[in-house]
Amino acid sequence: MKVEQISIFIENKSGRLAEITRILGDAEINIRALSLADTSDFGILRLIVNDCAKANSVLKEKGFTVSKTEVVAVEVPDRPGGLSAILKTLDREEINVEYMYAFVERCGGNAVIIFRFDETDKAIAALTAQHFNILEGSRLYNM
Amino acid sequence: MFFNEEFETLPRPALEALQLKRLQSALERVYSNVPFYKASFDAADVKPSDVGGLEDLQKLPFTTKQDMRDSYPYGLFATPMEEIVRIHASSGTTGKPTVVGYTQKDISIWTDLMARSFVAAGAHKGDIIHNAYGYGLFTGGLGAHYGAERLGASVIPISGGNTKRQIMIMQDFGSTVLTCTPSYSLFMAEEAQTEGIDFKKLKLRVGIFGAEPWSEAMRNEIEEKLNLSAIDIYGLSEIMGPGVAIECIEAKRGLHIWEDHFIPEIINPTTGERLPEGERGELVITTITKQGIPLIRYRTRDITSLTYEPCICGRTHARITRMSGRSDDMLIIRGVNVFPSQIEAILVSIEGIEPHYMLIVDRQGTLDTLTVQVEVSVQLFSDEIKVLQALSRRVEKEIKDMLGVTCTAKLVEPKTIQRSEGKATRVIDNRKLS
Repeated sequence: MKVEQISIFIENKSGRLAEITRILGDAEINIRALSLADTSDFGILRLIVNDCAKANSVLKEKGFTVSKTEVVAVEVPDRPGGLSAILKTLDREEINVEYMYAFVERCGGNAVIIFRFDETDKAIAALTAQHFNILEGSRLYNM
Repeated sequence: MFFNEEFETLPRPALEALQLKRLQSALERVYSNVPFYKASFDAADVKPSDVGGLEDLQKLPFTTKQDMRDSYPYGLFATPMEEIVRIHASSGTTGKPTVVGYTQKDISIWTDLMARSFVAAGAHKGDIIHNAYGYGLFTGGLGAHYGAERLGASVIPISGGNTKRQIMIMQDFGSTVLTCTPSYSLFMAEEAQTEGIDFKKLKLRVGIFGAEPWSEAMRNEIEEKLNLSAIDIYGLSEIMGPGVAIECIEAKRGLHIWEDHFIPEIINPTTGERLPEGERGELVITTITKQGIPLIRYRTRDITSLTYEPCICGRTHARITRMSGRSDDMLIIRGVNVFPSQIEAILVSIEGIEPHYMLIVDRQGTLDTLTVQVEVSVQLFSDEIKVLQALSRRVEKEIKDMLGVTCTAKLVEPKTIQRSEGKATRVIDNRKLS
């Protein structure tokens, strides 16, 4: 039920993002979803790719600081209030969202939200109980 | 104008005779009272009696800051503790300061020399001296304070900080002389501007600035913005404190070092050889009247040159040029001494930080800034911004708490800081001082 995400530390200087995508491209790694969190000095690039292990090793080889994180991908019903219903469930269970980002699923056309929770297992249980559709990692990697 | 005309204008032959007499007596004193000097003279196979002329000073071994640290706290004192009436200290690399002690006579001489310095700078009885040097273990505040009182001026012992209040007091109390670090004076000018106060309307006439290196360009800026005559003063706690040397307002070309109490030499910092007049090298000072902690050939690490050319002011004492740097890696940031090794010790004490760091010193506007670059290792890296920001803040806080210096911690990618097999470059100093 969990999705593997890799996070990369990048200094705020020109060309770093281009460098990372070039390394991944050369290794024939496909990026499925990404988000960039930034501050004035540095950023954290978060990626879901088709081959997490390989992406991790090629980036480390090139000297980047990389870590793997478990996140949860939840399909959001394509209607007003779709996201609100998910957040309401989380709020009721007192689960914190550390960060989240969204992308649109290629086949179904629904939005998918990637969540990083403080209590991942509890969040999965709560969302499953409310019949939200949690996507398997394999489905994202092979989208 | 002189404070002590006889000694300040003593003809060179008489001055040198006085120096020799005082040097010989100082050497006898340290040799018999300070075990460190007995050991170091014996190791160099010289006796105080071997010094028959001033040129023989070169035979004697140097004293270094490390020797002072090794003798922490009182090992180099030449008098019993009951003779010591004051203790000052300066920051050191390992968290241990270097400690100096003054007898009543030492304080009296320091006070006189500081009063001389005030007069050389153009201050006089009747002046209102706004003393914004820090009071405390640092010698700046009390040194200037005593000298100002000896001069007969009215001294405002305001110490550093609280800039708005400083400006209000200068304005309301009618301060005529300002003593502080040069960078702080410019900071005050900026603050005054934002407060809508025109420095040109204040009564300030003279500023006596020291405790950090500054440039001729900065003097021009200070004189323009504060509408006063900016004078460079030099001193270090090991030798005495402020007032070891000062520019005269008549020439403002080089700082007169009070040679009836100190013998200056310039050496090649690598070979230790004495350099001829006019050549730039490390300043070495021998104290010849100090009782509490006399120092023989103390290596100041400050880079300057020496001239004996007569000065238009009439003082016969030699002049050192503006300090142009330090022969070791000590940084002076807003008047605070900082060694890269101190920062390294703090960084490595924070779990996960590797000893790869870079210090970038800059001057933004008028204030020195310190940026500490730290590499983000896999161990430190978190996927969450707030964790990394907390790490930056922790580095900043620990450095502030331990060293008293405000810095900005900047996280950088691993392996981006230059590695070196030998002595690593840890510091990039972008301040333009010359």
